[in-house]
Amino acid sequence: MTGWLGRLNRQGWPNLLFALPFLAVYAWLLIYPLLAGMGLSLHRANLFGGARFIGFENYIRLFRDATFLQALANSLLFVLMCVPVLVVLALGLALALNRATRFAAFMRSAVFASSVLSVTVMTIIWRQILAIDGGLLSHGAHAIGLPAVPFLSDPNLALPSLAAVTVWWSLGLPMMLFLSALQQVPRSVYEAAALDRATPWTVFRQITLPAITPALVLVTAYECALQFQVFGQPQLLTQGGPNGASRPLVLYIYETGFNQWDIGYAAAASQMLFALILVAAFVPQLAQRLWRRA
Amino acid sequence: MSALALPVVRGRQVWAWARIAFCAVMLALVLAPLLWTVFLSFRTNIDLLRQAPLDLRGPYTLDNYAELLRNQTLFRWFFNSLVVSTVTVAGVLTLSSLAGYAFGRLEFPGRNWLYLIVLAGLAIPDQSVILTRHQIFSDLHWHNTYRALILPGLSAPLGVFLMTEAFRAIPRAQDDAARLDRANAIATFWHVLLPQTVPALASLGIYTFLLSWNDYWWPLISATRPSMYTLTEGMAAAQSNYVEVLGKGVLMAEAVVAGLPVLIVYILFQKHIVNAVTGMVKL
Repeated sequence: MTGWLGRLNRQGWPNLLFALPFLAVYAWLLIYPLLAGMGLSLHRANLFGGARFIGFENYIRLFRDATFLQALANSLLFVLMCVPVLVVLALGLALALNRATRFAAFMRSAVFASSVLSVTVMTIIWRQILAIDGGLLSHGAHAIGLPAVPFLSDPNLALPSLAAVTVWWSLGLPMMLFLSALQQVPRSVYEAAALDRATPWTVFRQITLPAITPALVLVTAYECALQFQVFGQPQLLTQGGPNGASRPLVLYIYETGFNQWDIGYAAAASQMLFALILVAAFVPQLAQRLWRRA
Repeated sequence: MSALALPVVRGRQVWAWARIAFCAVMLALVLAPLLWTVFLSFRTNIDLLRQAPLDLRGPYTLDNYAELLRNQTLFRWFFNSLVVSTVTVAGVLTLSSLAGYAFGRLEFPGRNWLYLIVLAGLAIPDQSVILTRHQIFSDLHWHNTYRALILPGLSAPLGVFLMTEAFRAIPRAQDDAARLDRANAIATFWHVLLPQTVPALASLGIYTFLLSWNDYWWPLISATRPSMYTLTEGMAAAQSNYVEVLGKGVLMAEAVVAGLPVLIVYILFQKHIVNAVTGMVKL
């Protein structure tokens, strides 16, 4: 008995006990739901009845479902509208604010402050900017004699408006990540460039950009993955409308699963989302490899 | 004037002016929506319903905030958020520091594989596990309870990653010293190593608090009874229902009151929040 326990002890098994509480919750509420969700996606199921195995039928149905395809296209478009603007503005801010002045510190705080607000507070704020009746922008338009623009109810403007709002809300994090990358570039390199009388553009092109390329790739990948998960902005500001013009994937999953209770089908859609996010997280890395080889 | 001056200023100065202009525009864009909301929250409802441009000279009123004090549900939501966020922070710190100690400092069979599986969890979005997670809590009849709002937050692997890194960063010599004193694993953890991870714990704790306080997705699905709403979820219900009932001014005041606690937490602990988010992505 003691020999058996002693052997377990020597191999370090008791140390596993420290990790066990977390591993239990992790297995129960993250890994199991993920795997069970994959299983569920192969079933026709609703919340009230049983589930019937139907193989890949849900996935085939998804690709014939105009509403799903529209949501998929909206998500892709949303990411394409958001991420490049986010990355460029965040990098611009990081370059401009990478200095030890009081104004730069204040500005960094101000930019990041909007991202600590919850999505629900953020949408209340932005509805009062974008609303056609009484919004800040419509007040502004009236003041200079222009008609008010229906930012949230025009099918061509709804998604870009949500993207703009999202850029405002999420600018802080990529800026901070770029700043932390910039601070790791050794100061001596810049001093040498200054002695050579290099122009700011040359310095950026020859020194800064190569030094922060890893951060650039990382931020792009992270933001792609993050913005595919957009939900609160469309759900609260446009309800996905008009006519689904601003309904992204997560809103589609939510409506299918929790309004229509078609959970097997919604599970299939959420596997598609998961796959898309994994791809989005790896595409920038892949692009960087190819770029380097080219 | 400037057109004449332009050819003679050096490139460096043009860049400096471009930088200032860029900063000014961005600052205005960042602050204008926030200031507009605060401004609206001090206006009367009648004033806000008129289509005419608002007069900057007033009238201003505190009525909207007074109305909030009479609103019992808002306090209830605030209390719910406080309970959920505080317990989530306590839970995440406990589970993550224990697991971080195991993965970062101790030896046991399968450690590296298990850690890899935990890290892989960072790639799993909450949205792709939602249907089965909802079922788990339905089967237990736990929806509309605090434990349903809290438990999923404890399954996120970010904290374990941050704490494992923190434990790894402590010099090895300190455990060896503790071992010479015949301290067991628990004593080493509690007396020697954990105190040195306090900065990491602070960053993780504050970040978790914000994440939990601001979470909209899970409360929306799990807490369907208004008495169990968190403040974040309640603000969603408020913006779709309350405008007609209480008026826009009250909604603006609610947004200010709901946004203020997180902004205060942010201003007080800015450094920790930035540490947590930059540490998180540096994986």
